[in-house]
Amino acid sequence: MGTVDLSVYRKDFPMLDGKTMNGHPLVYFDNAATTLKPRKVIDTVLKYYEEETTNVERGDSALSALVSAKYENVRKIIAKFIGCDPEEVVYTSGATGALNLLAEGYGMKFLSEGNVILTTEEEHASNLLPWFRVCERTGAKMRYIPLTEEGRVTEENVRSSMDEHVKIVTLAGVSNVLGYEAPLKGIADIAHEYGAVFAVDGAQAVPHFELNMKEMGIDFLSFSSHKMCGPSGAGVLYGRKELLEKMDPANLGGGSNARFDRYGKIILREVPDKFEAGTQPIEGILGMGAAAEYLMEIGMDKIHAYEKELRDYLVKRMEELPNVKVYNPDAETGIVTFNVEGVFPQDAGSYLSSRGIALRSGQHCAKILPDFLKVPGTVRASLYFYNTKEECDTLIEALKTCTVENAVDIFI
Amino acid sequence: MNSMLKDPGILREIIMDHYQYPRNKELTEDKGYKKVHMASDSCIDNIYVQGKVEDGIIKDLRFDGIGCTISTASTSILSEMLKGKTVEEAKHIMQEYSRMISGEPFDEDLLEEAVAFQNVYRQPNRVHCATIGLHGIERILKGENDDE
Repeated sequence: MGTVDLSVYRKDFPMLDGKTMNGHPLVYFDNAATTLKPRKVIDTVLKYYEEETTNVERGDSALSALVSAKYENVRKIIAKFIGCDPEEVVYTSGATGALNLLAEGYGMKFLSEGNVILTTEEEHASNLLPWFRVCERTGAKMRYIPLTEEGRVTEENVRSSMDEHVKIVTLAGVSNVLGYEAPLKGIADIAHEYGAVFAVDGAQAVPHFELNMKEMGIDFLSFSSHKMCGPSGAGVLYGRKELLEKMDPANLGGGSNARFDRYGKIILREVPDKFEAGTQPIEGILGMGAAAEYLMEIGMDKIHAYEKELRDYLVKRMEELPNVKVYNPDAETGIVTFNVEGVFPQDAGSYLSSRGIALRSGQHCAKILPDFLKVPGTVRASLYFYNTKEECDTLIEALKTCTVENAVDIFI
Repeated sequence: MNSMLKDPGILREIIMDHYQYPRNKELTEDKGYKKVHMASDSCIDNIYVQGKVEDGIIKDLRFDGIGCTISTASTSILSEMLKGKTVEEAKHIMQEYSRMISGEPFDEDLLEEAVAFQNVYRQPNRVHCATIGLHGIERILKGENDDE
């Protein structure tokens, strides 16, 4: 199709090799929830289980040394992937783990009464609930940046929400409901003008386009491996080194300390090790490295361009259907949020599933956004580079017959 | 079982009818009612169930809120079916309903129109839709009241 053709990469994904759902070829449009895994990632994980099982960073064996080197090398891969230094890459259990670490280790330590955490109403629960708790315990307050009528965050609205009380600006690089890209570099500059730090929830951004921490001036970035073709259970908190050095770890234990004594004196290891108490998901981290390499081999620019072209095609075809309303026709990423007239979102989701199409209905963990959209929920198709125009056509055909009667019929 | 209740067209009609014209879908301010809030954590369903029990008899059942076809229709049907029953009778019917939703053998005659949901168990991620009202009524019969 079009200017960029990435269909050649479909063969790398076993899930796309003839798998069916409810008797139809699987159309996987739930990539904002999790992505499929390419052979390279699966093999990396299997290799650890079959040939490389050992703990890392604390063994005397040659095997441990070998796997430890691979494990540490993933920091270099991620550093290249997001434009930072390897020691600024902290392994976490995922974006949620990273955001909780940030709230716990930075928010709890540095915020106090009178301080403001600036965010938006379209955030995922993972970028709100940890901050709600910070507010509850420190006396800081949440403030929401007004969204445009479309649902976007603009530099102008960030600026008008800023004052000297704002200590942290935290928002999604891409909204998981509406798929808009936030103007991150501009927001970083504004936050810094006021002396605030800028944290980006990158769960829906990092897998889809290039982000460069140093060039963009982002202070913290959190993301999950499983949304970028990697295994679940692994993720990253990037932090500017001097900020990570000031931060407290959320967990303490083996691997995070250099030494301690019976009187409770603890000397923590250097950044990033001080944040990584206990054995991390080694195979997950190795797989995450393989996933980042895989995406870089394809090229993030190509992935972004292809997704945009594909989503524009899908939206154009959806807009030809009289029974479908798209809420984010102009978004830049693969997230297409819609409803089928007269069909409750979950009924539409189940009907589409009966036609082999995997997507998601509901509030997408952004439980304050429905107030903004004025609907109880939506259906979300989220595309990735391995999806095709033909799959979009399959969805369109299914939407043509998506009526309440047909949605009820799957239960009969 | 009434052979009409084996006809897919009729079963669909029952669900459609109770979804489009739900019975007892209005809360009341009258005294003597208990009210429970039932919100699914995995979907959008968000309903209140209200009931009045006197002398061991279910005098009234009502509900309101946001729900999909299955949650709305099942709560509507259950409210109709259980109104006027003794608490013991209702518990028996609800037990049979639970068995049906789990895909186990059940007493078809006892469940009347609710047999329309006999195949919900084939859609495991929608079972909670068919039981949200049921669980609300169970809480009412236990004497729970979220208003207190």
